[in-house]
Amino acid sequence: MKLKHVAGSLLIGALSLGVAHADIKIGVVSSSTGPIAMVGIPQKNTVPLMPTKAGGQTIRYIPLDDGSDPTASVVAVKKLISEEKVDAIIGPSGSPNAMGVIQFVAEAGVPLLAPVGTAAVVLPMNDQKKWVFKTTQNDSLIATALLDHMAKTGIKTLGFIGTADPYGENWGKVVADGAAKKGIKIVADERFQRQDTSVTAQALKVMAARPDAVLIAAPGTPAVLPQLALVDRGYKGKFYQTHGAALPDFLKLGGKKVEGTILAASLMLVLDQVPDTHPSKKIAKNYVATYEKAYGAAPATFGGNMFDAGLLLERAIPTALAKGKPGTPEFRSALRDALEQTHEMPATQGVYNMTPADHSGFDERGRELITVTNGTWTLLK
Amino acid sequence: MDVQIALMLAQDGLTNGAIYALLALALVLVFAVTRVIFIPQGEFVAYGALTLAMMQAGTVPATVWLLAGMGATAALIDGGLALRAGQTRRLVGVLGWNLGYPLGLAALLAALPVKDMPLAAQVLLSLAVVVPMGPLMYRLVFQPIAAAPILILLIVSVAVHVAMVGLGLLFFGAEGQRTPAFSDANLELGPLMVSGQTIWVVMSSVVLIVALYQFFERTLYGKALRATAINRAGARLMGISPSLAGKLTFFLAALIGALSGVLIAPITTIYYDTGFLIGLKGFVAAIIGGLASYPLAAVGAVLVGLLESFSSFWASAFKEVIVFTLIIPVLLWRSLTSRHVEEEE
Repeated sequence: MKLKHVAGSLLIGALSLGVAHADIKIGVVSSSTGPIAMVGIPQKNTVPLMPTKAGGQTIRYIPLDDGSDPTASVVAVKKLISEEKVDAIIGPSGSPNAMGVIQFVAEAGVPLLAPVGTAAVVLPMNDQKKWVFKTTQNDSLIATALLDHMAKTGIKTLGFIGTADPYGENWGKVVADGAAKKGIKIVADERFQRQDTSVTAQALKVMAARPDAVLIAAPGTPAVLPQLALVDRGYKGKFYQTHGAALPDFLKLGGKKVEGTILAASLMLVLDQVPDTHPSKKIAKNYVATYEKAYGAAPATFGGNMFDAGLLLERAIPTALAKGKPGTPEFRSALRDALEQTHEMPATQGVYNMTPADHSGFDERGRELITVTNGTWTLLK
Repeated sequence: MDVQIALMLAQDGLTNGAIYALLALALVLVFAVTRVIFIPQGEFVAYGALTLAMMQAGTVPATVWLLAGMGATAALIDGGLALRAGQTRRLVGVLGWNLGYPLGLAALLAALPVKDMPLAAQVLLSLAVVVPMGPLMYRLVFQPIAAAPILILLIVSVAVHVAMVGLGLLFFGAEGQRTPAFSDANLELGPLMVSGQTIWVVMSSVVLIVALYQFFERTLYGKALRATAINRAGARLMGISPSLAGKLTFFLAALIGALSGVLIAPITTIYYDTGFLIGLKGFVAAIIGGLASYPLAAVGAVLVGLLESFSSFWASAFKEVIVFTLIIPVLLWRSLTSRHVEEEE
């Protein structure tokens, strides 16, 4: 009886010892299949390139695919929390997917690093959202840059075409707010679907309103279609695109017809043109180079958002290790606190300065004004 | 809204309507002959367009390997059957079509400078890759359950659709593609600028519809298909093989789908999953025709195209809602005017 007892406690001791030496487990949820796969694939591809050591501990990533389905994201997150007992989660890829999982990560006290577009995951800040950190520029940061440029170049009326999804809707709101402040009038506000075979009708409606410029807000290659429709109908005004269009395929699909388009995005598109003094240049260049080596193609910005989440964790983990062991609530809570104190950390997208109120943490170093000249991205000076 | 805008919208609606009409015809045909509600019809649109885009990018399209895989499986099944029956001559035919053709095509694609060939040749090659998947799909998936109730056929059809979309993502990637236009000519009709591609789409649809009509009226195979559609058991008694009718139907459906894809790829960006939505709108049109009438389905398709175009103009955020809501009054009207016939035995 006594022997059994001793053996039992020895076993428990051995087990807890095992836990103490366990790796830091990071769950990754991305949408590498389904409608937003174009966002999720570069993110999934980035996982093997992320830091594998921090504070002397090994980081182990557990990637899951949610098929772009918000319900599947919740299932994946619950599985990561209850079965894998992860210390933090990176993902999901889509805005609605991320909105759906906030409640569950907050209940379990697991920090979530969301590489999604919508600012709604961290704003307005509350008790649940304090567990969420966002590794993309807020739409308003990008929009301000575009609207400033419009105001400076004397644009008075603006047409807006956005996708009929959270990305387009949020941009519609942000632009309407910002444009009013700059005295720019929005004369047309249209929506289209990613899979639409024709946006001629929307283009005609926008043209009938005769705006000085048109802003198109769509994630990925769908951003090309409205612009081509307008050009084909003979629209001569200026085109603005959001950071959603910041990917190589935009040029491939658009060809000569997207010449002169202006967009604001992270420096990843124009790495060679930004000055060496930019704190993000070296990191972004390294990331792009390793990605190209592994997959034979340059990553879309979405991959960079994922990579930054890895860098943020790498920076925060040593601080958190001092307060608790991986796998414990103390460690996760300390990790959250450490992430919130991230100060002047350069990454691929810009420089992060988190505060309790701002869990995205970008400033103007996280955006560049870029234009298309002779079929290549050029830094606008 | 002035007359010019209305005309442009009408032109846009007609162009899309022409494509929906083709797909609606294929859906009606497949349903009439095999009782399959052919959800994967749209996938052939995407496969056709993206196979062409891959050729133009200078790579051997991955779809040819799918074709080879399907062929190998069919060869295994049919070859085994022929071997057991001791029909060596049939065995040669089975192996030649199911194994020799895809592999020969793959070799051809790898050897030829496909990227620099004229557009017409590229289009023919992509059709040669995608279209045989139709009959092979029938042989592998639907022929073994040809006698199953409509509901089971529908469920299997959904499964095939999901599988094809998944494979499409694997083959073509998540980003969209475009192909160059067949002709850069622009035609001025009064206040309207009509692009060459638009004319191509509308003309091809008309030609294809006329050709299908001739096929069903004038040729033996066409008449056999019509006979099967009217009465399966009766046609079988007259010596028309149901599996041949099925394969022929799926061949036509795949041809129509892939051709539609090739036609619209220069007008819009095609994604691996674009086909579903296009197919669904063809389906709405086919429903207007009661899944039985070709002319009504074609009229319905033009209606869907026009409705889509005008509703995008007035309320772009609600476009899909408006188009798909159309199905409710149509179903109401049909259930009130037509006598209900129980098909399931």
